[in-house]
Amino acid sequence: MTTNDAVDEKRRDFLYIATGAVAAVGAGLACWPLIDQMNPDATVKALASIEVDLSPVELGQSITVVWRGKPVFVRHRTEEDIKAAEAVDVATLRDPQSDKDRVQKPEWLVMVGICTHLGCIPKGQKVGDDRGDYNGWFCPCHGSHYDTAGRIRKGPAPLNLVVPPYEFLTDEKIKIG
Amino acid sequence: MSGHASFEPTNKIVKWFEDRLPVLGLAHASFVAFPTPRNLNYWWTFGGILFFFLLVQIITGIILAMHYVPHEALAFDSTEHILRDVNYGWLLRYLHSNGASMFFLAVYIHIFRGLYYGSFKGPREILWIIGVVIYVLMMAAGFLGYVLPWGQMSFWAATVITNLFSAFPIVGEPIVQWLWGGFSVGQPTLNRFFSFHYLVPLLLYVFVILHVWALHVVGNNNPTGVSVKKDQDTLPFHPYYTIKDSYAIVAFLLIYFWFVFFNPNQLGHPDNYIPADALVTPPHIVPEWYFLPFYAILRAVPDKLGGVLLMFGALAVLAVLPWLDRSKARSLTYRPLMKGFFWIFAVDAVLLGWLGSQPAEGIFVTLSRLATAYYFAHFLIILPLVSKFEVPRPRPASIMDAVLEKSGDADEAKS
Repeated sequence: MTTNDAVDEKRRDFLYIATGAVAAVGAGLACWPLIDQMNPDATVKALASIEVDLSPVELGQSITVVWRGKPVFVRHRTEEDIKAAEAVDVATLRDPQSDKDRVQKPEWLVMVGICTHLGCIPKGQKVGDDRGDYNGWFCPCHGSHYDTAGRIRKGPAPLNLVVPPYEFLTDEKIKIG
Repeated sequence: MSGHASFEPTNKIVKWFEDRLPVLGLAHASFVAFPTPRNLNYWWTFGGILFFFLLVQIITGIILAMHYVPHEALAFDSTEHILRDVNYGWLLRYLHSNGASMFFLAVYIHIFRGLYYGSFKGPREILWIIGVVIYVLMMAAGFLGYVLPWGQMSFWAATVITNLFSAFPIVGEPIVQWLWGGFSVGQPTLNRFFSFHYLVPLLLYVFVILHVWALHVVGNNNPTGVSVKKDQDTLPFHPYYTIKDSYAIVAFLLIYFWFVFFNPNQLGHPDNYIPADALVTPPHIVPEWYFLPFYAILRAVPDKLGGVLLMFGALAVLAVLPWLDRSKARSLTYRPLMKGFFWIFAVDAVLLGWLGSQPAEGIFVTLSRLATAYYFAHFLIILPLVSKFEVPRPRPASIMDAVLEKSGDADEAKS
């Protein structure tokens, strides 16, 4: 070796780290399409909203409609249901929410009918169903009890049943989504 | 370890090939001459049984994929079509579905054998951890496969299991939608689960090869737990253990075929013969029997995230087992106190399985909590403490000594 072997170590380290960093960022970016392809696609997103006619739903009756592949519970609540829901001390709830914050009109309760524990469909929509200890809904999978405002009262579920975005188009028609 | 006869080809063509790719020599060293402790009992045949079942699952699975359609409108019907119309479809389908159960039955025996004889202890830690990885992959494969027939149990198993990830704060919901490819379990979910169900066995195969490789580096453990010291302690794998393993496989096939030919749906659930319905959850959903202990742990915790973490923790604790048990003796044969705790643990594991099959209410919840607490206490308290204070009984000087002692010829051998 006849050349001058004085090596600038710092310069080499910098080049080494810079090259590695660019390669890592590039590899990461290249992975993104491979990952993102699994997210909900355009056809799934397109089915985003539905309209529901409430006029045939009698007092005390519940109906289930499908929105984004999920069941949505609509209950025409009785006076007792509403009173029971309003009487609860919000501070004692696991997921504190007043009844008022969960409805637009007190007689209509609209929410996604999927247990917030592990995604089962709670019972309580049909006549004769077990409605749990709070006369609302009861999830048979792992024993979660929801009250007449769909709030979690007992069992493993962490949150209240989710209220989807919806609006009243007329007095007896809603649009979900 | 010194070998028995080595591979020296006499045929010129074989020798020419061997000089260029020594794969025959590798196979010979691994499965013919491989020095194996001479005292292995029948609990050691389950490794061979498991490899056999991996092949059964891969072969029947590839064939089923020729007739199955991963579409939400067709999956259930194509499964029925396989059972009713495809030539021998009933046989292939039941071989595959019951094969999964037999695979798990064998792996549980294999795992408990490892626990009893201390096969996880040094120098076999990596071998053991690869085994835990294989077990987790098997669970993934079993779950993904169970979803494919798209019956009620399939659909709700997919829903409940994917929802486990929603327990994690912030990232949970996006992860679940990413897994689903939608806002609920649906066509995209089924389609990708089919793809994953094909992927996981390939990973399994790779890890099984690593498992066998690691085994062949450190060698077999044996019922005494005493390491191999001299040539006399071992026998060549072939013919001694090829024959013993073959015999055990045939015996195990009797159980397998009893299910396949006489009770093919015994281990399944009748609700899975109802097509998937996104709007009705079956009143009592339970996973396949091999997941029940973990399902019981999940339900035992009154907190969602806590339940999920504890369930995964129940698997993760197995991976650190080599560092929890500090005893110098491997085999519980020489550890009477730990042997007692081993059997209590075995009963606890079965109890958890039974509790997992019961509804989540009343006394079952209380019992699940106690059994879950004991599961973790066994690994995190009992095992470290007992292994620290228990003085093992004297162990034989070598495998050969143990074998001769058993047959009453110990004195002759010493001469």
